[in-house]
Amino acid sequence: MESLSFFQNIWYILIGVLLIGYSILDGFDLGIGSLLPFLAKNETDKRTLYNAIGPFWDGNEVWLLTGGGALFAAFPHVYATVFSGFYLALMLVLFALIFRAVALEFGSHDEKRKKFWEWAFVIGSFLPALLYGVALGNVLVGIPLDDKMEFTGNFFTLLRPFPLVVGLLGLTAILMQGATYAAMKTEGQLQQNAKKAINILWVGFIVLLVLSFITALIFKADVAGNVLAYIAALVVLVAWYLVKRSSQQGKEGQSFLMSSLAFLGLWGIVGAIHYPNLVTASNDPSLSLTISNASSTQLTLTVMFIIAVVGMPIVIGYTIYAYRVFKGKVKLG
Amino acid sequence: MDAVLLSRLQFALTVGFHFLFPPLTFGLSLFILILETLYLKKGEERYRQLSDLFVKMLGLVFVLGTASGIVMEFSFGTNWSNYSRLVGDIFGAPLAAEGVFAFFLESVFLGILVFGRNRISKKAYWTSALLVFFGSHLSGLWIIIANSWMQTPAGFAIEGNRAVLKDFFAAALNHSTVIRYVHTVVAGWITGTFLIAGVNAYYLLKNRHVDHAKLGLRIAMIILVIASIGELVLGHLHSIQVGTTQPEKLAAYEALYETRSGAPLALFGIPNAEKQKNYLYVGIPKALSFLMYFDSNATIKGLNEFPPDERPPVFLPFISYHIMILLGFLFIAITVIGTALLIRGKLFTTNWFLWVLLIAIPLPHLANQFGWIAAEVGRQPWVVYRVLRTADAASVVVPAGQILFSLIMFGLIYLVLFIVFIKVLVKIIKKGPAEVATPGY
Repeated sequence: MESLSFFQNIWYILIGVLLIGYSILDGFDLGIGSLLPFLAKNETDKRTLYNAIGPFWDGNEVWLLTGGGALFAAFPHVYATVFSGFYLALMLVLFALIFRAVALEFGSHDEKRKKFWEWAFVIGSFLPALLYGVALGNVLVGIPLDDKMEFTGNFFTLLRPFPLVVGLLGLTAILMQGATYAAMKTEGQLQQNAKKAINILWVGFIVLLVLSFITALIFKADVAGNVLAYIAALVVLVAWYLVKRSSQQGKEGQSFLMSSLAFLGLWGIVGAIHYPNLVTASNDPSLSLTISNASSTQLTLTVMFIIAVVGMPIVIGYTIYAYRVFKGKVKLG
Repeated sequence: MDAVLLSRLQFALTVGFHFLFPPLTFGLSLFILILETLYLKKGEERYRQLSDLFVKMLGLVFVLGTASGIVMEFSFGTNWSNYSRLVGDIFGAPLAAEGVFAFFLESVFLGILVFGRNRISKKAYWTSALLVFFGSHLSGLWIIIANSWMQTPAGFAIEGNRAVLKDFFAAALNHSTVIRYVHTVVAGWITGTFLIAGVNAYYLLKNRHVDHAKLGLRIAMIILVIASIGELVLGHLHSIQVGTTQPEKLAAYEALYETRSGAPLALFGIPNAEKQKNYLYVGIPKALSFLMYFDSNATIKGLNEFPPDERPPVFLPFISYHIMILLGFLFIAITVIGTALLIRGKLFTTNWFLWVLLIAIPLPHLANQFGWIAAEVGRQPWVVYRVLRTADAASVVVPAGQILFSLIMFGLIYLVLFIVFIKVLVKIIKKGPAEVATPGY
C-alpha cells in the first residue's frame, strides 16, 4: 500500500499542475473575453484582441478537458460527487463555454448578429471565470456529504459567503491574467487601457485576497495552514507586487509572467491547506473525500502517471513552439 | 419524468450533435494533408488556395467539436455519477489520454494552420498539417477505446462493487476496439470527403473556381471510391465481431427471435419484439449464417436464447442498422459511377451527377448517426455490457427537473448552433478558395 499512497500524492500534485496550466493559459483568454467591453473602444481594438487569443484559446481549453479526464481517471469519486452535486452550476458553465467557443468563429462570419456573438463571447467568458472560483470555494470550505459520498445540499448551498468571495478573487485573478496578456500583445491606446485595468485589478486582488482570508477564518477555523501555505502566500504577494511594477516599467511580458506566478501561488496555498482532502464534508470531517478514499487503484494511477510523464513534456514543448510562432505584438493584416 | 430516461435522452442528444463534427475532422484533415503534400512537392498556388479553404472549414468544424466535446467529457460526472464511481478506474484513463496525446496536438497545430501560414516555412506548415491529421485520428482512437470497453469489456475484475483495472492493454485493445476504430475512421473519411466533393461539385455547377474544383473533386472521388468499398469489407468484419462477442445485439440487428441454423439475412421488415413477429419481412435465406461463418447452415443465436431482462430492444437497432447499410451501398453506387465518369473524362461536365454529389453531403452523417444508434441501443439494457445496467449508472442526487431543464437548454442551444453552423459553412463555401484570405496576425 506504500506505493499506492505515493501515486495518490503524485496525482494530487498532477491534478494541481493541470489546474495551474488551465488557470494560467485559459485564464488570459477568459480574462480578455470578460474585459473586452472595457478594453476595446472600436472594431480595430476588438479584432486586435480576438487575434491575440485566436490561435491559442482552443488549445488552452484542452487543459480543462484533460483536467476533467485526469480527475475522472485518478479520483473518480471526486469527479462523480462534484459534477453531479453542482449540476446546475456546472450546466451554466457548460452553456457559457459552448457559446464562448463558437462566438469568435460565428461572429466573424455572421455579420447581422455580430453584436449578439460579441456579447455571447463576453458573458461566456465572464460566467466561467466567476463560477470556477465559487466551485473551488465550496470544495475548500466543505459541502454536506452523505456516507455514500453524495452531495446532500442544493443549488443555494453553493452560494455561501466564503465561496462567493473566492469566486470574486478567482475572477479578479483571471481578469488580471487577461489584462497583462492584452498589455503584452498590444500597443498604443489599447495597451494603455489594459494597463489601466491592471492598476484597478491590482488593488481589487489584494482586497479580495485579504477578505477571503478573513472569511476563511470566520467560516472555517482550521485555516492556520502550514509552512508550504506560507511560502505560497509569500509568492503570491511578491508576484502581485511585481505585476504592477513591471507594467509601469514597460516590461509587459514580465508583468504577465508575474500574474501567472500569482496564480501558481494561489493554487499552492489551496493545495497546501487542503491536503489530503479533495472535497471536504462540511457536516462530518470523516465523510470527506480524500486522496486515499476517492482514488483509483494503483495500476490505473501508475498507467496514468506514465501517460502524463511521457505526454505532458511533449505537450508543453510544442505549446511553447506555438507561442513562439505567434510571438510579438498583434499586427492586423 | 424519470431522471434516468431524461439523462439518456440528454446523452443521446448531446453525443448525437457532437458526432456530427469529429467524422468531418477525419475527412478534412486527410484532404488537407494531401493538398499540402502536393503543394510542397509541386509548389502550385491552387493547392495552397484550396487547402486554405478547407483549413478554414476545419477550423469551424473543430470549434463546434470542442464546444460539444467538453459537454461529453463532463457528462459522465454530471449525469452518470454512479457509472463514474463504478468504472472510473478504467474509463477515465482513455479520456485523459485523449487530452494528453491527441487533443492538445490537434488544437495547437490547428491554431498554427489557421493563423500561421505566413509565419512559418512551407515544411513546418506541412508538418503542422500532418500533426493535425495525426492528432485527430489519435483522438478518435482513445474515444473508441473508451466506447469499445463498454461494448466488450476486458482487462478488469469486479472488486467490491467497482470494476478494477487489471491489464491496461487488454482493456484498451479489447475485442471490438480495432475493428470499431477502423470502421469509424473510414466512415469519417467518407463523411468529410463527401462534403469536399459536394463543395467542388457546387463550384463546377456554378462555373466558379473551375480549376480548383476539378483538382479537388478528382482527389475526393479517388478517396471516396476506395473508402466506400473498403467500408463494406470493414462493416462486414465489424458485424462478425458483434455476432461473436455480443450475439444478442446481432440478433436484434437481424430481428432473429429463435436460434436457428441457416439463418436468413433480413433485407426489410418491421419488427415487433413483443409479439416476436416481423411484418413485411423480406430476407435472403441462409445468408446470415453464411456471412457470419461462411457456412450456410451455421447456427445463429436468437434473442430467446437470452433472459428477457437482458435482451436489447429490437425495433430501433434493426431499423438503424439497415438504414446504415443501405446508405453504405448507396455510397458505393455513387462513387463507382463517379469514378467511371472520372476515367472517361466526363465527371466535371455531367451536371446531374454533380447535383447528386451536392445533395449527398448530409447522407454520410445519417449513416454515422444510425450506425451509432444501432451500436449503442443494441447494447442495452447494459451501459457496460454484462457488467453494469444503464438504469444503475445514473446520478442519484440530480433531480429530474434539473435534467429536464438542461435537456431543453441543450436542445435549444444546439438548434441555434446547428443553424448558424450551416449558415457560416455556406458562407465560407460561397467565398471560395482564392478569396479566403489567410487571417493576418
